[in-house]
Amino acid sequence: MATHIKRAIIYIALIALATVCILPFILMMVNATRSGREIMTSFTFIPGNSLQENWETVSGYFNLFLGFWNSLKVAIPATILTSYFSAITAYALAIYKFKGRNLIFYTIVIFMMIPGQLGLIGFYNLVSSLKLVNSYIPLIVPAIAAPGTVFFLRQYVLSVLPPSLLEAARIDGAGEFHIFHRIVLPIMVPGVATMAIGGFIGNWNAYLVPLILLNTPKKFTLPVMIASLNSSTDIASNQGAIYLAVAISVIPILIVFCFCSKYIISSISAGGVKE
Amino acid sequence: MAETMTETKKVKRRNYNNVAYIMVAPFVIVFLIFSVYPVLRTLQLSFTDYKGYGELNFTGLKNYLRVLTDKYFWKSLGNTLNIWILNIVLQLGLAFLLTIIFSDIKYKIKGLSIFRCIFYLPNIIATTSVAFLFKTLLDWRYGTVNQILYKLGIVSSPIDWLGQTETAPYVASVILSWMWFGNSFIMLMAGVQGINKDYFEAAAIDGAGRWTVFGKITLPLLKPILLYVSITSLIGGLQMFDLPFLMFNGTKGDPLGVTQTMVMYMYKFGFETHQVGYASAIAYVLFTLILVVSLIQFKVMNGKED
Repeated sequence: MATHIKRAIIYIALIALATVCILPFILMMVNATRSGREIMTSFTFIPGNSLQENWETVSGYFNLFLGFWNSLKVAIPATILTSYFSAITAYALAIYKFKGRNLIFYTIVIFMMIPGQLGLIGFYNLVSSLKLVNSYIPLIVPAIAAPGTVFFLRQYVLSVLPPSLLEAARIDGAGEFHIFHRIVLPIMVPGVATMAIGGFIGNWNAYLVPLILLNTPKKFTLPVMIASLNSSTDIASNQGAIYLAVAISVIPILIVFCFCSKYIISSISAGGVKE
Repeated sequence: MAETMTETKKVKRRNYNNVAYIMVAPFVIVFLIFSVYPVLRTLQLSFTDYKGYGELNFTGLKNYLRVLTDKYFWKSLGNTLNIWILNIVLQLGLAFLLTIIFSDIKYKIKGLSIFRCIFYLPNIIATTSVAFLFKTLLDWRYGTVNQILYKLGIVSSPIDWLGQTETAPYVASVILSWMWFGNSFIMLMAGVQGINKDYFEAAAIDGAGRWTVFGKITLPLLKPILLYVSITSLIGGLQMFDLPFLMFNGTKGDPLGVTQTMVMYMYKFGFETHQVGYASAIAYVLFTLILVVSLIQFKVMNGKED
């Protein structure tokens, strides 16, 4: 009997905690449909009818769709580059024996521990001397070299790829690149997908680097655009519009999460059992 | 027969292996340009009085001496730790409690995968959006949080959450732990699930109680992961930027600079006041601090394996 009661208490506590996780998002969605005046004077879970009005206010400040489009233009190519080049680098490091292999591997391990901010100033300096400030190139091209992803995928290749498969393919006369693209890459798909989703979310949410590199509103990615709310609004009169803008920025990631939560959870779990 | 097989294999291998250079070349080239070079360039700039333009004048260790005697730098370290400590206590405490609950052999709590997803939800949202969401919810005069508290009769006058030194840093801590406890929980839970089931079965056969099982099996095997999570959190925490930057009026770190973190301080010199050389030195002092923490981590991890 006591066990039943305790179990019930635990479930109630868990549901309460889950509510704490979701509540701010619910308030956000509800408030996005209410007018600034309504939000100021009362609070409720019943949606209001100012969605249209808030949307007009938001579109008066900035073009969120442009922000969306800009974020996609950065996040998709960056994710594809990270996935493909990390996979091929990881495969090469795992399978072939060549001079410099250990040097590359240890450099990767060292750079995984170096904080991103360390090179930030040198990075900006490099980008400005290459005259690439306010361009997407420095946000996309560096994605080719993602040490953490290479590290993870190297372990992954070693654990999923039977060496006999390579021997068999070679005996059949397949070229090395052919083997990688036709045989190895399909086997690596689950691992690559896990890293790709994490990479996409990271790129989509990135703030600091786009902030220092992009200086015209036309080029702003979604997070930089949302952050520009800081300087462009009088918060008191436009709360409904702010909630709406934030809600719009959050929804695509929520959709990705609904479909890919399994992969996301497994990528974090991989971090937990790595050591 | 077998010997000749390996012989031919070895000969062929040698030819295959050259392909690897082509395969790793894009990674290596981009890595050298966009990762290694900026780190070294920052090091070089840290010994100059570079302002973002013009020539490099080497000033030796001047910038480093300035960092070490800059009381605002140390204050920003203190601020960062102040925000981080409450965050890690809440975040790890909650994650740990959840791990105990979900791994309990008596209660057999169900719904792990659903709860895990919901608890992780706050972490996938862009910090920019989280910052604005809470900034608006916690607004002094018109925020929903104060309205709820007022309605429930908990407060009689609105609390200026973001504007007073007693609450502002801790509001940031709580939001950060809200964002990260799910992540820690997933990692700890993965650690528990990685424990060989035989241990638990053997313990059950021996008639060990659930607290004995927890104290003698689960906890010791979980310790390395617990350390790993807390140390990676400290490394991440020392680089805290987005959330306080957006919630507390940019690099000033209002109110009264108590939410100004180290990276905000570096950003201020690097990108606002154009003392690029000084900002680079701050970056390297920050790096040194993180390096020390990482080395401790390494020591702890290796100690476990011995």
